[in-house]
Amino acid sequence: MRPPLLEVEHLSMRFGGLLAVDDLSFAARAGEITAIIGPNGAGKTTVFNCLTGFYRPSIGRLTLHRGGRRHLLERLDGFRIARDAGVARTFQNIRLFAGMSVLENLLVAQHAPLMRASLYSIAGLLGLPGFRRAERAAVAKARDWLARIDLLARADDPAGSLPYGAQRRLEIARALCTGPALLCLDEPAAGLNARESAELNRLLLAIRAELGIGVLLIEHDMSVVMGISDQVVVLDYGRKIASGPPADVRRDPVVIKAYLGEEADEELPPDIARDLAGRG
Amino acid sequence: MAAEALPARRLAWGGIVGEAAAAAGVALALALPLIGFRTVETNAALGIETRFGWVAATVAAVFVGRLLLALLRSLHLHRKSVTRPTSPQPSPPPGAERERPVEREGEVGGRRFRAFSPTWIGALGIAFAVALPFLPFSSRYLVDLATTVVIYVMLGWGLNVVVGLAGLLDLGYVAFYAVGAYSFALLAQRFGLSFWQGLPMAGLLAAAFGLALGFPVLRLRGDYLAIVTLGFGEIVRLVLLNWVPVTNGPAGIADVPRPSFFGLPFERHAPPGGTTFAEFFHVPFNPGQRIVFLYYVILALALLTNAVTLRLRRLPIGRAWEALREDEIACRALGINPTLVKLSAFSIGAMLGGFAGAFFATRQGFISPESFTFIESATILAIVVLGGMGSQLGVVLAAVVLVCLPEFGRAFAEFRMLLFGAAMVAIMVWRPRGLVARRAPSLRLAGRDGAR
Repeated sequence: MRPPLLEVEHLSMRFGGLLAVDDLSFAARAGEITAIIGPNGAGKTTVFNCLTGFYRPSIGRLTLHRGGRRHLLERLDGFRIARDAGVARTFQNIRLFAGMSVLENLLVAQHAPLMRASLYSIAGLLGLPGFRRAERAAVAKARDWLARIDLLARADDPAGSLPYGAQRRLEIARALCTGPALLCLDEPAAGLNARESAELNRLLLAIRAELGIGVLLIEHDMSVVMGISDQVVVLDYGRKIASGPPADVRRDPVVIKAYLGEEADEELPPDIARDLAGRG
Repeated sequence: MAAEALPARRLAWGGIVGEAAAAAGVALALALPLIGFRTVETNAALGIETRFGWVAATVAAVFVGRLLLALLRSLHLHRKSVTRPTSPQPSPPPGAERERPVEREGEVGGRRFRAFSPTWIGALGIAFAVALPFLPFSSRYLVDLATTVVIYVMLGWGLNVVVGLAGLLDLGYVAFYAVGAYSFALLAQRFGLSFWQGLPMAGLLAAAFGLALGFPVLRLRGDYLAIVTLGFGEIVRLVLLNWVPVTNGPAGIADVPRPSFFGLPFERHAPPGGTTFAEFFHVPFNPGQRIVFLYYVILALALLTNAVTLRLRRLPIGRAWEALREDEIACRALGINPTLVKLSAFSIGAMLGGFAGAFFATRQGFISPESFTFIESATILAIVVLGGMGSQLGVVLAAVVLVCLPEFGRAFAEFRMLLFGAAMVAIMVWRPRGLVARRAPSLRLAGRDGAR
């Protein structure tokens, strides 16, 4: 059997006296969407920050299998995790290069291959044909993504001038332009309206089907989580309290309790029950 | 509506008078020590003369001026509120408030500027710069002043890579200028290198120095980086001042060789076995020839700098610099090594500063640590910031303004710096993002299909 794309084993992250993530283990497979959910402060973003090298885990091993090689993420620098291991991420509060154009944002994401093609700027300064070809290919790739996320007409505008929903889509496209093996999305549906949220679902499903990459998703919007994920991991106070297919997790009494408190299993407020059951 | 506006106007009066009084208070505090007392020499002793009348006049002028200013502004606002009698605050549509308004400002500036494109302005500017020594109103003084302007343009373009593109606030840029100047002067003195041999060496040494300085400051950003680079600039100056065996300390290095025109020196009398420029071209000798030649050398160096910088900006490394300025964390998440990007910006900026330094040394013929004080760093940084961060054209405009303003201000003697400060304040009030605040994308999608 093929190993999973990402294996998280006994991950713990301690900040002083606070144990933000406590002995978390799970695996994510290529071609699947794995959602990480949990109440606010459960440690979801901390897990992402450990995976992408922004934090160095206190304990634990994070293994990414790509092209027959094992990358031990907890030992790599952040930029190497993105460049060599192929882990791309988006941020909870969007981090686009606001002053640069939409197209430039997507070209910056293709920095590593373009830098090689420009022989660390020497071939680029001389304008050699090899670099020109690579640049055209990069622009073509960016153009394809812009067509996909419906931003082709605004390619030359500053990214910061886009509406909020478009900025979210652009950030996802930018992460995908790095050619990742694993895409980590931190609350991609936050602040989107119902229509934009449905569009996002379609985009994520298309990514899964066409690119066959693994997607790791932190999300509060249950219609997104329940609608598209193949596997759900539920965190509470840094510990994993449940995992499995969304249909099972939704019915798990421990999960319901974590979200709603002790006495909730008797009488759910109707809107929250509907959220948990998933609208999508 | 009128009933609503009345109390608003009555309130504003109090505010306006208060504002003017506050401004007058500040003026009083400043004027009392600055204008109120004056040291005068009476026979052998130093006496103090008081000029309280002047202080009173100054404070009154500030009070009235501020009063008028505030009055005009409030009248303007009042008229606006009358012409638009809508509901108190129309709530913005959802999502609109999240759009970052910063870029909007740049776009407005852009529309105004788009009428005449930077390419045309640039071409006209270059044509003017090339023709300058031969224009009818040209003089030796003017060409010399233009040389100084172009040195600062080149330094500005060099620092623009570090500050404008990569967003690394460097307050010690003069250190690289000094390293370039001293490298060339010492190489010429010790090993007899000519200007054209020494120029690349000076650039390389300055770049190496940039790398050495870059390593320890890699983890710093913003204010902290500024403080450390400020310190480095001072360290370099103090080393030059105190390392007497090598740098000759405060006495400086004299007799730095002048550049030659393909081996032909600009001298009245040829060295033994050589020919001078004047003899070779059969023109009468004129000391102005060297001035013009020096001007063309720095112009060529500056234009080369500009070409390389513009090219680098369109390459992946240039986009990485700008991306680093916008968001370092996002850069790292996209697999960009911030260390390499920062070091490349630092060393390329340092190299350009080194070239300018070597030219400075050969132009002056004499260098000492006095030429490389913090005020130089501040001037260069002011050129970049006033011009508009990252704008090549803006640097030229700002260099012309900052170098020429004190020159033309000589007529006003002691009020020169006052004029200078007022001009700086005016620019910051009317164009807070610099003279040229527009940023053109390094690559456009529109029109690409037809072009290639």
